[in-house]
Amino acid sequence: MIGYILRRLLLVIPTLVGVAVAVFFLIRVMPGDVVVVKLRADGAAVTQDAIDAERKRLGLDKPMVVQFADYMWGLTRLDLGKSLWTGESVGKEIAQRFPVSLQVSIMATIIAVFIAVPLGTLSAVYRDTWVDNLIRVLAVSGLAIPGFWLGMIIILGLLAFFNWLPKIGYVSIFEDPVTNLAALIWPALSVGYRYAAVVTRMMRSALLEVMREDYIRTARAKGVYQKLVVRRHAVRNALLPVVTVIGLEFAFLIGGLVVTEQVFNLNGIGKLFVDAAARGDFTLIQGLVILIATIFVLVNLVVDVLYAFLDPRIRLN
Amino acid sequence: MAQTATVPSAGPTSGVDTIPRRQNLLVQFVKAQPLGFVGFLIILLYFVLAFGAQWISPYDPEAVDFGAMLSGPSREHLFGTDQYGRDVFSRLVYGSRTALGVGILSSLVGCTLGALVGAASGYFGGAIDNIIQAIVDVMLSFPLIVLAMVIVAVLGKQSVFGIDMNLVAAIAIPMIPRMARIARSSTLSIAQLPYIDAARAAGYSHLRIVVRHILPNIIAPYLIMTTAFIAQAILLEASLSFLGLGVTEPTPAWGLMLSGTSADFYKAAPWMIMFPGLAITLAVFAFNLLGDSLRDWLDPKMKG
Repeated sequence: MIGYILRRLLLVIPTLVGVAVAVFFLIRVMPGDVVVVKLRADGAAVTQDAIDAERKRLGLDKPMVVQFADYMWGLTRLDLGKSLWTGESVGKEIAQRFPVSLQVSIMATIIAVFIAVPLGTLSAVYRDTWVDNLIRVLAVSGLAIPGFWLGMIIILGLLAFFNWLPKIGYVSIFEDPVTNLAALIWPALSVGYRYAAVVTRMMRSALLEVMREDYIRTARAKGVYQKLVVRRHAVRNALLPVVTVIGLEFAFLIGGLVVTEQVFNLNGIGKLFVDAAARGDFTLIQGLVILIATIFVLVNLVVDVLYAFLDPRIRLN
Repeated sequence: MAQTATVPSAGPTSGVDTIPRRQNLLVQFVKAQPLGFVGFLIILLYFVLAFGAQWISPYDPEAVDFGAMLSGPSREHLFGTDQYGRDVFSRLVYGSRTALGVGILSSLVGCTLGALVGAASGYFGGAIDNIIQAIVDVMLSFPLIVLAMVIVAVLGKQSVFGIDMNLVAAIAIPMIPRMARIARSSTLSIAQLPYIDAARAAGYSHLRIVVRHILPNIIAPYLIMTTAFIAQAILLEASLSFLGLGVTEPTPAWGLMLSGTSADFYKAAPWMIMFPGLAITLAVFAFNLLGDSLRDWLDPKMKG
């Protein structure tokens, strides 16, 4: 097992190098000129001198090879450069914003798993009944409702029912857990709904697939109760593909956070990303994209290890 | 996954035990996929709104009326007005133009390029395939909106015929690898078939083989993915516009109706955001429904 994990960890390095290279080229090779876009966003008249000066300041006048070497050398020392907008180090900017987003992500995952696994199971067990239909409609709606709108509806609901809104400003969970949770549960719910919808659909189809297997028929033929068949034989095996989806969606939660943090006024990396994109702060965008890719690669690693843990057959291959 | 008993190869003409008779394609679809037809009808309604916007909407969507700011739904203003006194219903009707225009255009561009890339990758194999797949894998490790935001940030804005072409590119490009992957796997199974060998033996050019023999055979996954991606594209456009990175004021767009200073007013005037949000949800829902049904109908083997 440990050997397997080590081998997988080694494989992460070339993937991350590939991501770093891809990000470098994605941002520089695209037809637009980041400097022009940024200067226009500043609202200043764009003269050729101003463009040249800005290029020089950012080191963009150097040959591509030199830029690339500087960039990769920086990465090996975990130096992501300085934000074009604030002048702060990108690593520091991200580190400040990361805890809120991480906490919302973890809460959303817990919510999603606790909702989706039972609902998906119910939906598969009571296939084609009104229970199944209701759950499926809820799940399909979860894919259609925009996260930012759901967030606004939640805020309206809080106002209508409790005449209360969470305080603006982030309080760490270690300082004041009650205030922290009272504020973050709502954004977690609004990103968690979509998450739960995706996982529910996967749980349902995986379970339906497993229920057709021979060993389920055998268990039934032996006279095992339906409840036990589902709980002990079916759900456990159906969980494998569900774990993959949970992992993938976790890695992709930033997509939901980008809009949700805006609605709830949270200073997380989603909001940081939006600000960076709006201001054309490409060093910051570069850092964030690398962070997102790294999370994706690491989550995939965790999923693979979990897989090997859940299904012993996989380790052999 | 609803149909388990359909014969995979029978395709659209799988009449159960009736005498085979030529039926209208639409009639066949309605019978086999009633939910998909509901989606189709909703989409039709949006098209009517988009094309008939100037006759349907009672007000100019950009007309500001400070005498009627933030007024609730009434006879004069069916869905109320926003913080500038603009009629929410009229903006919603015109917004369907933006949503359908950007959604359909970007999905078509993304899926077409993706199908070509995927078909080439699967057909040529070898080093070309490896390079394309490496790029596809990297692009697939980002959520759609993240790539779209990066592209918007790098490209800026560029309007052609009232549609921001860079926004279309930002939505279309992240879809390319997703379509390419599916087109590639379909191509791989087709490239093994004897008639491709025959075409090669006959001395046809690669271009001719890909265009005439491979592409027509991946038309089913192409149609399914394009429909499903329109849903994604509408949601993505709304999200980007909401973030201030997509369509800009005063153009009517659903995502825009929920963004910017609306955030300061919607708590007192919920109709401002209720209706545009519903419009987005219903449109995405309808395209998803149609996409799912098309998948079950055309290609029961294909999943997600």
